[in-house]
Amino acid sequence: MKLYCLSGHPTLPCNVLKFKSTTIMLDCGLDMTSTLNFLPLPLVQSPRLSNLPGWSLKDGNAFLDKELKECSGHVFVDSVPEFCLPETELIDLSTVDVILISNYHCMMALPYITEHTGFTGTVYATEPTVQIGRLLMEELVNFIERVPKAQSASLWKNKDIQRLLPSPLKDAVEVSTWRRCYTMQEVNSALSKIQLVGYSQKIELFGAVQVTPLSSGYALGSSNWIIQSHYEKVSYVSGSSLLTTHPQPMDQASLKNSDVLVLTGLTQIPTANPDGMVGEFCSNLALTVRNGGNVLVPCYPSGVIYDLLECLYQYIDSAGLSNIPFYFISPVANSSLEFSQIFAEWLCHNKQTKVYLPEPPFPHAELIQTNKLRHYPSIHGDFSNDFRQPCVVFTGHPSLRFGDVVHFMELWGKSSLNTVIFTEPDFSYLEALAPYQPLAMKCIYCPIDTRLNFIQVSKLLKEVQPLHVVCPEQYTQPPPAQSHRMDLMIDCQPPAMSYRRAEVLALPFKRLFEKIEIMPEDIPDCKVLKPLLSGSIPVEQFVQTLEKHGFSDVKVEDTAKGHIVLLQEAETLIQIEEDSTHIICDNDEMLRVRLRDLVLKFLQKF
Amino acid sequence: MPEIRVTPLGAGQDVGRSCILVSIGGKNVMLDCGMHMGFNDDRRFPDFSYITRNGRLTDFLDCVIISHFHLDHCGALPYFSEMVGYDGPIYMTHPTQAICPILLEDYRKIAVDKKGEANFFTSQMIKDCMKKVVAVHLHQTVQVDDELEIKAYYAGHVLGAAMFQIKVGSESVVYTGDYNMTPDRHLGAAWIDKCRPNLLITESTYATTIRDSKRCRERDFLKKVHETVERGGKVLIPVFALGRAQELCILLETFWERVNLKAPIYFSTGLTEKANHYYKLFITWTNQKIRKTFVQRNMFEFKHIKAFDRAFADNPGPMVVFATPGMLHAGQSLQIFRKWAGNEKNMVIMPGYCVQGTVGHKILSGQRKLEMEGRQVLEVKMQVEYMSFSAHADAKGIMQLVGQAEPESVLLVHGEAKKMEFLKQKIEQEFRLLPSAKKPRLLHGTLIMKDSSFQLVSSEQALKELGLAEHQLRFTCRVHLHDSRKEQETAARVYSHLKSVLKDHCVQHLPDGSVTVESILIQAAAHSEDPGTKVLLVSWTYQDEELGSYLTSLLKKGLPQAPS
Repeated sequence: MKLYCLSGHPTLPCNVLKFKSTTIMLDCGLDMTSTLNFLPLPLVQSPRLSNLPGWSLKDGNAFLDKELKECSGHVFVDSVPEFCLPETELIDLSTVDVILISNYHCMMALPYITEHTGFTGTVYATEPTVQIGRLLMEELVNFIERVPKAQSASLWKNKDIQRLLPSPLKDAVEVSTWRRCYTMQEVNSALSKIQLVGYSQKIELFGAVQVTPLSSGYALGSSNWIIQSHYEKVSYVSGSSLLTTHPQPMDQASLKNSDVLVLTGLTQIPTANPDGMVGEFCSNLALTVRNGGNVLVPCYPSGVIYDLLECLYQYIDSAGLSNIPFYFISPVANSSLEFSQIFAEWLCHNKQTKVYLPEPPFPHAELIQTNKLRHYPSIHGDFSNDFRQPCVVFTGHPSLRFGDVVHFMELWGKSSLNTVIFTEPDFSYLEALAPYQPLAMKCIYCPIDTRLNFIQVSKLLKEVQPLHVVCPEQYTQPPPAQSHRMDLMIDCQPPAMSYRRAEVLALPFKRLFEKIEIMPEDIPDCKVLKPLLSGSIPVEQFVQTLEKHGFSDVKVEDTAKGHIVLLQEAETLIQIEEDSTHIICDNDEMLRVRLRDLVLKFLQKF
Repeated sequence: MPEIRVTPLGAGQDVGRSCILVSIGGKNVMLDCGMHMGFNDDRRFPDFSYITRNGRLTDFLDCVIISHFHLDHCGALPYFSEMVGYDGPIYMTHPTQAICPILLEDYRKIAVDKKGEANFFTSQMIKDCMKKVVAVHLHQTVQVDDELEIKAYYAGHVLGAAMFQIKVGSESVVYTGDYNMTPDRHLGAAWIDKCRPNLLITESTYATTIRDSKRCRERDFLKKVHETVERGGKVLIPVFALGRAQELCILLETFWERVNLKAPIYFSTGLTEKANHYYKLFITWTNQKIRKTFVQRNMFEFKHIKAFDRAFADNPGPMVVFATPGMLHAGQSLQIFRKWAGNEKNMVIMPGYCVQGTVGHKILSGQRKLEMEGRQVLEVKMQVEYMSFSAHADAKGIMQLVGQAEPESVLLVHGEAKKMEFLKQKIEQEFRLLPSAKKPRLLHGTLIMKDSSFQLVSSEQALKELGLAEHQLRFTCRVHLHDSRKEQETAARVYSHLKSVLKDHCVQHLPDGSVTVESILIQAAAHSEDPGTKVLLVSWTYQDEELGSYLTSLLKKGLPQAPS
């Protein structure tokens, strides 16, 4: 059993498990941090961005100045942003039988895999995962396609040139494999290969392996997976949460008795408490608005935003913010808000109870009804008529490299009254802000990551007791910035096996048993229920064995073809030849069976 | 052969109070717990004394499964759990769990408040009963206990309707509840995988009907409504609040929009708006088209259909009213019917099946003078139309489901006896060659691993492939017999004895005097010292050990006395 590790990103995993005769891809995460190396795509012509100076080598050579621009000491690629794909060379991806998706954030590389590698298998995911995943992809494609960029830079990727560049461009990995965004057509084709599954549904793969999604508590429809045969069990834990937010709680019990537990998707901010962050988010938001400033919240169109809106729903009246407009701008804003209301079965108990009344499970329905929250597909159109300041804007993309957020950064960045609050943990906020420097607006970092922290993980591992734990290498040592925090790593016995991008791990268990089913027509003609024997009896050892078992009067006579062993008292004679043994004795069943078993010890059975 | 026992406590050969007891692999499961609309006495609920005379329900039943929210499938639930007393788990889907208590409350109100029945279940009982419910997802394998597992499949029919597979070990039963094999305007078609249950328990409401195309029925329906409205008549459509109502609302809504009609459409109060809310929130249970477009346009937000007020019934001019309940046995639909029945311009359209004993059933069977409460006679002059919009599978659909699931046997319930007989023959004709189920059996062979491939071969083949010689292990046992006759005679006696005892084996007496049983050789020899004793040498190989060992023990007992 082997694990091929195609992604080095601990929260955007992509691993391939070879188990029995099946090849199973676990998640299909797309590392978008690569886009931080690119200049933002402005929705409206931005003189500041287009007038950034070109970058030249130390010796003054400026042949890269069309491709690379400099902003406040950082160098950016002036080109359509590109993403870092999972490894495609480590294993022939056309041999992948199935892809299991654990949550909508971990499927963003799907079109690259299903459309361009010869993949012919099936993808399994829950309905909310697919629907919201589709929205995330739609938004991404829309963000990139609506601002066509003529320029496509490739010179800088040349290995000899790349090493002359300043960090972080110099250290960027696998730049030659970076790809542009997929098209909507590819998205549709990829999504058409998905088969919907429900929690605790048992799915048979070729009669060899059974896979089952379990609730992971992190997002709508998010799942962990059990991959098991009759005698072995692998648990794949990816993006799980024990906090009570909107999704159905995590199913921990079913993870018990695993031979191997693959652990990915832990919190990216292990030192931050999500509840505290939400509080800070609200108070900073209120403070800014009260002072007449605007608040910008770069976010994904689904997920934590539901919880933030719910907090604000309870908060705005008491904080005196009822007259402040909240805008949610995304090409999929409406869909996301609507979809969130129809997945009753995937929600936590409290929200389910509301649906039974019947009331919408999320209070943002009421925010919309009372006009406190308004949503728009983009800043163009209706929004420009309705736009009032001061206001709060939720919009994407959290990388600040594309989407409507770019416009608001340009618009509000110059005033210190305004605040940008980072809640999504996927991107370093300092790097995200780099192309906008110098900035006057306030920047607040309130990352909300509800995934498991290390305390919860060690509790979980104690509870479910897997024989072996496999995890990304980042989890086996403290974070580089906090190297003294020995508590910020996985601590288990035996120590977790770690993997890094492009590694192949041999998983530490041997398969001892196999259960097979045979159709009647395939049964070979072998009705004999006693096995055939083969081998020969070494006389000396046989005699020793007899003596050890209490036959004291053993005599051996040589014959032409072999030997005769005599047991005088028992009046027994055993003829031993190369290919046969003949036991001649009185009708004493006990004696016969004892002798038989001693003889059989020396023979192989077929 | 596994023993699966099925006892219908209701809806065996009739429609109403569905309740079927299934015993499988030592587990007892109750499928549905419905009431009968045609009765107001004891017969309206299933007869639970069948179980309770032997003990408590909770001790006997491992679980209860409710297939969907129609009262003939869940109407007796609070009576069963709170009044008779059951504390075990009750399984149903999320939409059923949401909607069921509302219909139960509605039913209770009509029974207690309107008809003044005493000793009926209370609102609190409905609440307590619903606390025992465990909601299931489609296709989720629910482990009721270590051995019993159940799994729900989509059934169409109404929002949240499900078919259930009940499995204990390798034995399984599928219960369909009510289902529909053709997608309609708001629901998808029932679907099940090739799960090959030992038994398929299927409803057979429309066992003999092969319904004409849906499009034709819809056109007919719209034409009749349109004509009546045009001539200034009123149309009454008795429906259940949830189910067909939404289907017909969507149909009329689109028609009104297309033809630009102005006559008002009403939906009887109370449940309506709530009902449509449920459809909006559980949109994932509707058909593909509605699910796809719900963000742009929610099909359950109607423009032309308004809430009905009791006073509207007397308004002049045409109108269309959807009113509950569907079989005209009580409530608002019956009130409106009484008001409008006398006018031949009006029309009542019965869009579904009516149980015997209800007003609906009476007028459908042609009765035009109805005896109402208080000896009043109501003359029905309005037109009475029947349009089958019930979302049940027709004969073709039932056959289709049987084909999908490939059961070993089929049990028809929830239908009329005569019609079932017809369908039974059809199923027998078409599925005569049902595949035999997988049964475990023992075989001996050798698994050869070569490179990474496996091959199962006979032992002989295995030895040959591995280039090994067989080692023969042979036993010869001496059995002493008291017999002073000659060896040949002893052998002959042995032969005739074995021949008579071992009827299933091939026993032979060879010319050299020895006797064989299959491949076991028996020879008689003289004893070296005692002429009154003969020695039988019984010889066999390891592979025949059982028979050989049996023969020696048999011969040891001696031979029967030869007739002298």
